Amino acid sequence: MTASTTDRLRERGSDERAGNLRSLSLNTTAQDHHLARMAAAAFGLSVLEAAIPSPIPGVKPGLANIVTLIVLTRYGWRAAAWVTLLRVVAGSLLFGNFLAPGFFLSLSGAVYSLAVLALARHLPQRLFGPISHSILAAFAHISGQMLVVYLWLIPHAGIAWLLPIFAAAALLFGTINGWVAARYLDNQ
Amino acid sequence: MNTLSALRPGDWLTLLGGGVFCAWLTALCWNGGAADRAIVRSGGKIFRELPLAPDVRLQVPGPLGVSIITIHDRQVRIESDPSPRQYCVRQGWLKQAGEIALCLPNEISVELAGRSKRYDSLNY
Repeated sequence: MTASTTDRLRERGSDERAGNLRSLSLNTTAQDHHLARMAAAAFGLSVLEAAIPSPIPGVKPGLANIVTLIVLTRYGWRAAAWVTLLRVVAGSLLFGNFLAPGFFLSLSGAVYSLAVLALARHLPQRLFGPISHSILAAFAHISGQMLVVYLWLIPHAGIAWLLPIFAAAALLFGTINGWVAARYLDNQ
Repeated sequence: MNTLSALRPGDWLTLLGGGVFCAWLTALCWNGGAADRAIVRSGGKIFRELPLAPDVRLQVPGPLGVSIITIHDRQVRIESDPSPRQYCVRQGWLKQAGEIALCLPNEISVELAGRSKRYDSLNY
């Protein structure tokens, strides 16, 4: 899939030398475009969310994860992983925190969520829908983030005081996002 | 379409599990603040360690005179003190582990302690 895109990155300089100008061309497939469009949709939701003031610092609804859930159900885990990671990297470039602590918080949250989703999608589909996926991923997300916070940013046991707040937010927003994704998928 | 029909049976289970997890986490993380004893110091040395029940009234001698420390309803306060500015008296009731009232001129303090002693990272 997209990994092979990198292999197809060819330097076409020697053949097409036009006034010593070398050009790089990236051969992409329709599937790459499709993934990019969905990542862009997720990215749009991130931007939208950044405009919403948060009542508690550090608590965000994570609307972009609605896209991840829909992609997971429709196109599988690999596509969901691509869309999520593309959104995290592209978002950090736009918000200007690429490789800053905020970026690593997003990344660790995304990686933990994706790891849990890789397991959760094997739950029987008849019983467990996007809402279950969403809640489990939201808890995984906050676990990944708090681990990075504890190991790297604030190595103090005092952050345990914040855990119940973040866990409650994960449950609330995980349910809402999952419900939106489930309604969307049902209506299609 | 019904609002709730998006929820499959397993989703209810996950929701319930998440709720129980949150409640458990709250009980675990927010109960460290429950104090179980009061430590009374005089001149920097521990004068007495008291359980928070039963209610007592303790007289502690210091260089300026006698301070009275009261335990009532699992809370502790310095009821009276000979120090001029009365800061420790005005601090009122101490309720959570880690709270402390100091009477500096009379060199008397009372501190609430829980199961695990937490350090104030700003001062420690």
